[in-house]
Amino acid sequence: METFDLLKQLTEAPGPTGKEEGAAAVIEPLWRPLVDEIVADRVGSLVGIKRGAGPMERPRPSILLAAHLDELGLMVSRIVEHGGYGFLRVTGLGGVDRRHLFGQTAVVHGVKPLTGVLGGLPYSYLPEQERDKAFSYETLVLDVGLPVEQVRELVSIGDFISFRQPLRKLGNGRVAGKALDNRSSVAAVTICLEYLQGRRHMWDVIAVATSQEETTYLGAYTSAYAQRPDAAVVIDVTHAKGPGSSESELAELGGGPVLGIGANVHPGLFKALRDAAEALEMKVGIEPHAAGSGTDAYAIQVAREGIPTGLIGIPLRYMHTMVETIDMADVERVGRLLAEMIARLDDHFMDGIREDMMRPHKPVGNGAEQNATKDGNA
Amino acid sequence: MENAMNDLIRTLTEAFGPSGFEDAMRDLIRPLVEPYADEITVDSLGNLIVHKNAAAGNKNPQKVMIAAHMDEIGVMVSHITEKGFLRFTNIGGVFSHTLLGGRVRFANGTIGVIGSDRSDDRNAIHPLNKHFIDVGATSREDCPVRVGDSAQFYRPFEVRGRHLTAKSMDDRIGCVVAIEALRRLPEAVAHDLYFVFSVQEEVGTRGAEAAANGIMPDVSIALDVTLTGDVPEARPMDVSLGDGPAIKVKDSGMIAHAGLVRLMRRRAEAAGIEYQLEVLDGGSTDARAMQLAGPGSAAGCISIPCRYVHTPSETVDAGDVEGAIRLLVAVLQGEMDY
Amino acid sequence: MNDLLKQLTEAIGVSGAEKEVRLLIRDLIADYVDEWSVDAMGNLVAIRRGTGQYDMRVLIDAHMDEVGLLITDIDSGGMLKFTNVGGFDDRALLGKVVQVGPDKITGVIGARAIHLLKSSEYSKVVKMDAMRIDIGAKSKEAASAKVKVGDYAAFVTEYEELDSDRTAIGKAFDNRAGCAALIELLRGERYPFDLVAAFTVQEEVGLRGARIAAFNARADAALVLECTPAYDLPNEKDVSPNVAMGKGVSVYIMDSRTIQDPRFVAHIMATGDAQGIPYQVRQPGGGGTNTGMIQRAGAGIPAATLAVPGRYAHTPTMMISLDDYHNIVRLADATLRTLTPDILRRA
Repeated sequence: METFDLLKQLTEAPGPTGKEEGAAAVIEPLWRPLVDEIVADRVGSLVGIKRGAGPMERPRPSILLAAHLDELGLMVSRIVEHGGYGFLRVTGLGGVDRRHLFGQTAVVHGVKPLTGVLGGLPYSYLPEQERDKAFSYETLVLDVGLPVEQVRELVSIGDFISFRQPLRKLGNGRVAGKALDNRSSVAAVTICLEYLQGRRHMWDVIAVATSQEETTYLGAYTSAYAQRPDAAVVIDVTHAKGPGSSESELAELGGGPVLGIGANVHPGLFKALRDAAEALEMKVGIEPHAAGSGTDAYAIQVAREGIPTGLIGIPLRYMHTMVETIDMADVERVGRLLAEMIARLDDHFMDGIREDMMRPHKPVGNGAEQNATKDGNA
Repeated sequence: MENAMNDLIRTLTEAFGPSGFEDAMRDLIRPLVEPYADEITVDSLGNLIVHKNAAAGNKNPQKVMIAAHMDEIGVMVSHITEKGFLRFTNIGGVFSHTLLGGRVRFANGTIGVIGSDRSDDRNAIHPLNKHFIDVGATSREDCPVRVGDSAQFYRPFEVRGRHLTAKSMDDRIGCVVAIEALRRLPEAVAHDLYFVFSVQEEVGTRGAEAAANGIMPDVSIALDVTLTGDVPEARPMDVSLGDGPAIKVKDSGMIAHAGLVRLMRRRAEAAGIEYQLEVLDGGSTDARAMQLAGPGSAAGCISIPCRYVHTPSETVDAGDVEGAIRLLVAVLQGEMDY
Repeated sequence: MNDLLKQLTEAIGVSGAEKEVRLLIRDLIADYVDEWSVDAMGNLVAIRRGTGQYDMRVLIDAHMDEVGLLITDIDSGGMLKFTNVGGFDDRALLGKVVQVGPDKITGVIGARAIHLLKSSEYSKVVKMDAMRIDIGAKSKEAASAKVKVGDYAAFVTEYEELDSDRTAIGKAFDNRAGCAALIELLRGERYPFDLVAAFTVQEEVGLRGARIAAFNARADAALVLECTPAYDLPNEKDVSPNVAMGKGVSVYIMDSRTIQDPRFVAHIMATGDAQGIPYQVRQPGGGGTNTGMIQRAGAGIPAATLAVPGRYAHTPTMMISLDDYHNIVRLADATLRTLTPDILRRA
């Protein structure tokens, strides 16, 4: 499938955090032909397992790929009657950027889906001190245009609301839409699974579309616990340079996969990803995390006995808005990089990364022979 | 009957049990629930776990954990001045505008009065660390408590018509709902039930986390209080005192399992129990910890609407309490088809 | 000179990159433990079997990581941009010497000279994102040959004992003092139960290593050895310092992450009283240690914390009392020797 069509299907599916089944329903048929088993678990994650070619005599090692399937959304918090109409007051699900809401359309998933407009009073009706502020949840309404009796029949407090935004092509292979955080990573995992159809891999691959990353990392904690993989790679989006974000550390849109490094990432998994990128002659960026990475890796790393975890970022602009923007080439590269890394995993991989934890550092004279990384910033 | 219920509420709300120091609460509750338990354990953090086995031959029994926390907010002595006044720190969410002129009680029975440093602005509220407790001591030597001793807020239980007011309705009223549900459940229950009277909820759902790790429930239900929007100039919220127990959909720590929410609503409607739906901006409950335990459980919460939460006059409605008990019993008895 | 403290504090182990310390400690304990291993995050976990008197496993935790800096970018002039790993006071950074990366490239954190400042800037704190590490490189290419984005930097501070011999200064007493104490426990007589010694990683970035160490240890009880900030400086007000240097081992009752097991705490105090080992109650309130994770691991573990009070924590130069250090070893040892399963049993 063309990457655009894949992303279009994935991002347009509704999957607000806590009610991800709409997104899961799109992912399930995409993954089913690519894996040996697929199940939806109790907390909303979708788990697809592709068996490896390794021998059966002893448990085959497994690698878990985690890409969260939830997206930001809203929830109905109150139903307010005014002039015979029923207006919905809402609250955010996940880290919603309220500045972007005014004037968007959204769908409330009640007895049946209803489309509404996120509106509010115009500037001139607001008290002086409110005029320069973004709308708050106390002033914003979701207006489905129906009389209050009908709204009460069709909508309950606690109903989930998803944003609407068809995926659109910009120039140079870039696309904009909602939920590219993190369906672009789900797309990358899908592309990886496609590559693996034609490549021999020894390890089992456990592809998980995790639920509720935007709130508590629920799906990451629970699927890592339940699946008990030997290692894991988390795929999520990362900030790219763009308007208002020109910091030199930020990734380049279209600059290739960004490899996480730091306390939240196992050095062995970082190295495996970097080596795979080198084998593919693929340019990658490096993103250091001083503490947590703010991704599912934070949960998976400390699940059970601890799981060596790597992290790949897809550069993205305008995170947590309805015009998130990525470069499709980055998605394809991440899929290819994952497949390459997985195909290279052998029987000795885990022993190797364990031994590396106790291998003394050999100082190099002038530092010139250090393993120079293909640093995106270099 | 109503008097018996109020006596239980009085006993539990007036008992001593700041987070981490719940021994007296456990000792009170244990004999009340013993007759209904197949097994009672106390784990290493002090959670009281009451296990009731599913009746033999039941098809598809689920492991259900029900949690109501025994602990309450309080204070702990952090410094004793030369003149015998106590500086203190909070145990859980203690708000400084509730302090001045209040009273506290220590485990040894010592009663203290809360004063505050000089204020030149009567409208300003001092932060917690500018308050002190006066226990009537004149020096460090004659002070009846030590640094590290904990105290509860001290206020008697009052029945005001349907409204019941006490210092620790959060969450002794949840404990009452759990105890009463245990009494009303039939001898033969459909599921493997673990009623957990949990510790250290107010300091971060620590007890329930450990208990859930030990139990690994399929389904979990917290019993706790929630805020209301029915008092003057309240933050808008569609939960009111007296309109029935609230079925939690979301709070700031978790989103309840959507299927379990639907199941609770169906059961309430089938049993004719008036209920409300809760979307709470702020706070969370033991359900958060239970949802995240192990491979994850289908988690939800039956909330008892409560005014003035985390003040010495937390107020609930007797009808909401009764509704919460009936709802819990109805949910636990049927198929767990969430 | 306390060689153990010297070696341990002069080694580098910023959270997430603890290898040097891990290797050093392994060498220091290998002859005294029955087995050791390294887990998925790099915690070094050693077992010292007991005499067999009690069927009990006690986890002793000391985190081996320290706060430090992480290189986030190299600018066109070859200067290194960095961020903090663990909690930091920006005021502690200017004018410090650091060592960068596994090859320990020396760098300095300088700033615009005072002569070039406006008088209004004299008291202004320079924010970390405006600071750079200067390793003497003339260009981005030259710097990149020595240092990579993602490298860690640590302070350069030699261990010293001050004139009195009772006071030591150095970096990273938080928590190499705890590591040193744990090493001393491992070198002593066997205990009546199995000891699981966990030298843990990533405490300073969220108690991360302890979470999995505690899950794996399946312990019946846990004792955490720490170095806690002491704020016992001159103060006009009638407030007690949180803990005071030289006044004994700091015993925790409550911090922001835990309420310690009351039975365990009572046992520690009774032990201190009986054996005449000075201890002080750490002022309840803020702060947090690995106990916060350990206590909640599995189905819950009764846990307590002992700490050496250390002034000027999370700066390049801390100060501790060597008496406090010796007393933490004595108090931990005496507490463990008299610990029985019954002490921690709940009704």
